[in-house]
Amino acid sequence: MRHKTFLWFFLPTGLAMLLFIALPIVSVVTQSIFAPHPAVLIEVESCTPLVGCTTETTIDQDATAALRAEKPLGRFVGLDIYFDRGHLAVTEFGEIWASSDSWGDMFKELGNLPFYRAMAFTLTFVAVVTPLTIVLGLVIALAVNSLHRHLKGLMIFFSLLPMIVPPIIGSLILFWMADSRGIIGSALIAMAGDPDFSLKASTGLMWIALLVYGVWHAAPFAFVVFYAGLQTLPSDQLEAAQIDGATRWQQVKFVVVPHLMPLVTFVALIQLMDNFKVFEPIIGFNAQAHAHSLSSFIFNDLGGETRQLSSASATSVITIIGVAILLSPVLVRTWRDFKGAR
Amino acid sequence: MFLKKIALAGSMAAFAASAGYACEIGARVSIVGNEFAAIQAVGAAAQECTGAEVESNLTSEHQTINVAGLSGNPSEYTTAIIANSSIVALMNEDVVRPLNDLVAKHGDGLQKSQLIKIGDDIMAVAFMANAQHLMYRKDVLEQAGVAVPTTYEEMLDVAEAIRSQGIMQNPVGGAYKAGWNLAQEFNNMFLGYGGTHFKPGSAEPNINTEAGVNALNMMKALSEYMNPDFLTHDSNATNAEYRAGNVAILNMWGSRASQQTTTEGVLEEVAAGHAIAAPLTVGGGSIPASTLWWDGWAVGKNISDEEAEATFIAMKHGISPAMLNDETSPLAVWLIEGYQPTEAAQGVFAAAQMGTPPYPMLPYMGLMHSALGNELADFMQGKESAEQALADVEAAYRAAAIEKGFLQ
Repeated sequence: MRHKTFLWFFLPTGLAMLLFIALPIVSVVTQSIFAPHPAVLIEVESCTPLVGCTTETTIDQDATAALRAEKPLGRFVGLDIYFDRGHLAVTEFGEIWASSDSWGDMFKELGNLPFYRAMAFTLTFVAVVTPLTIVLGLVIALAVNSLHRHLKGLMIFFSLLPMIVPPIIGSLILFWMADSRGIIGSALIAMAGDPDFSLKASTGLMWIALLVYGVWHAAPFAFVVFYAGLQTLPSDQLEAAQIDGATRWQQVKFVVVPHLMPLVTFVALIQLMDNFKVFEPIIGFNAQAHAHSLSSFIFNDLGGETRQLSSASATSVITIIGVAILLSPVLVRTWRDFKGAR
Repeated sequence: MFLKKIALAGSMAAFAASAGYACEIGARVSIVGNEFAAIQAVGAAAQECTGAEVESNLTSEHQTINVAGLSGNPSEYTTAIIANSSIVALMNEDVVRPLNDLVAKHGDGLQKSQLIKIGDDIMAVAFMANAQHLMYRKDVLEQAGVAVPTTYEEMLDVAEAIRSQGIMQNPVGGAYKAGWNLAQEFNNMFLGYGGTHFKPGSAEPNINTEAGVNALNMMKALSEYMNPDFLTHDSNATNAEYRAGNVAILNMWGSRASQQTTTEGVLEEVAAGHAIAAPLTVGGGSIPASTLWWDGWAVGKNISDEEAEATFIAMKHGISPAMLNDETSPLAVWLIEGYQPTEAAQGVFAAAQMGTPPYPMLPYMGLMHSALGNELADFMQGKESAEQALADVEAAYRAAAIEKGFLQ
């Protein structure tokens, strides 16, 4: 295709990408390197019911408005917010690095810093859920594909249910089941023989519950993609393999999986991105005592009584960078294929 | 529930009509606020006004939308129903207007104590007071042969008595959900031990103190008598446990008192045994380990004068003495003229009489509250010491306060 033609074809998409992807990124980057002006505080007498009048500190709005009018973006802080304790915690990291004697010590102390604790959970979630989703999705796809055609529609519907249920509802249902008065919770209490046993009070069990939820919720997506891929599998290849005496396992390993490989890459790509941004189950499971992710930090920053826009923006930028790092191997491969194709 | 609301609105409309309180407004009114029963009643009464549309969006997520909803020009909402904690966020962002002119023009009938004054400016009009105080099952305490506690130390004894006699496994209830609720329980206990959140006259944190450590240790001791899932229980979940008869004693919001016995599905023995009392003191202190709150409304800044005036008239109508009746009176401790306290109000009044401190109305208190909510769960799970948890809170608060320009 000539470059000029390509340009005209690409223009609408390019404009949409500029508007909906590039500009928001520029906006969060800008917000993350600016912070609100220093607050001008004054002491005033404030009167409230049942208490009477007391001296309270408040913000001098006129002085603050003047500061804002002069520099509407706020004060420039550079990367300060990225490096503060709520994010990369550079100073604290340095102190821990210098003071801890062993790796175990260091990881324990790092777990006290919100960013690193969130990363520990997020990366575990990504590393466990992504491969399990792919394997489970493939198994379901193969199983459904081998069913009698009258059963297929029904099974596809049921297999898709976890994806049809909105994530927050799905996690809430599981959360209630896991409650110490719910069906899973009381079963666990009976099995453990300890009336104080609680899944929600244990960080380890809570992580497992979140991981199980993650796989449960995402497997249908992988299943649908692989099932569609299976419909394009040429039957002569399978027949040839059967004539050669391949077992069912060998057929899957040497014929089916290689055929589906591009789809595996696709599912892995989407899942890596989604899992890195894990959010709904943490909220749905009320798991903030045990697990955090970058997305739940953004939620906290914006949901508190005092909104922290700069902090939320910095976390957003870190999320974008994190996703880019996770996807880099796949992106590099795609780039190589592209170069090779030319 | 739905029928009840209709009946409530209907009876109030009839009452207002018969009393002859007319309400004419000339511009739009749009309300955002929390969704508990007392605020529903205020919103419904404001909607009786005629002449222009009165919209209301009452939701438990009000606090995440009210700043944005008052920021545009003209803004989506013309008024926000707020409490002493949430008005700070609105004042920090400068999205609410002083009401002095409107009070002078239309303020007859409002009591002086209802006007929230910051310096010379009236920033809000309060209509109800709230505080956390003791609720308990008198039948269970009698069965266990213990007296009603007045301190948290006695509450531990009561809990031990109930557990050891096998009456209930986890007799203590508490809204200890990690986040806002857990932080609020810490605030209560910390103030009860005589702590102050900030060094005098500055935004420097001051919680890693003896009072802070004592407060955390007391919370930990109480949590031993709670449902093991306590870090996931907010007020709603805690009350559900109480109404299901699983909990005998708890520190709970006064605004929930009247609903403990009237909510659908509450057990008969709970309804019969429910009782309320003053908030508890702790550590030999004289002021209760609780905080005093008010709920009121503020008027947006980014609206026309006509809209501000209409909003003031409608909201004043919403909290006029005419809205008080048998249905609405028990819903809250109203600050409205002519309010006759009901049984359910005695806990909050006791809190006020005992000198319960008001929730700190400081520009940086919201950041402290968030930091407490995020960092205390580790201690409650036994993962770190009280000192470490409090040091973490201070560090997290400091980072946030530097970002927002409260600290250098």
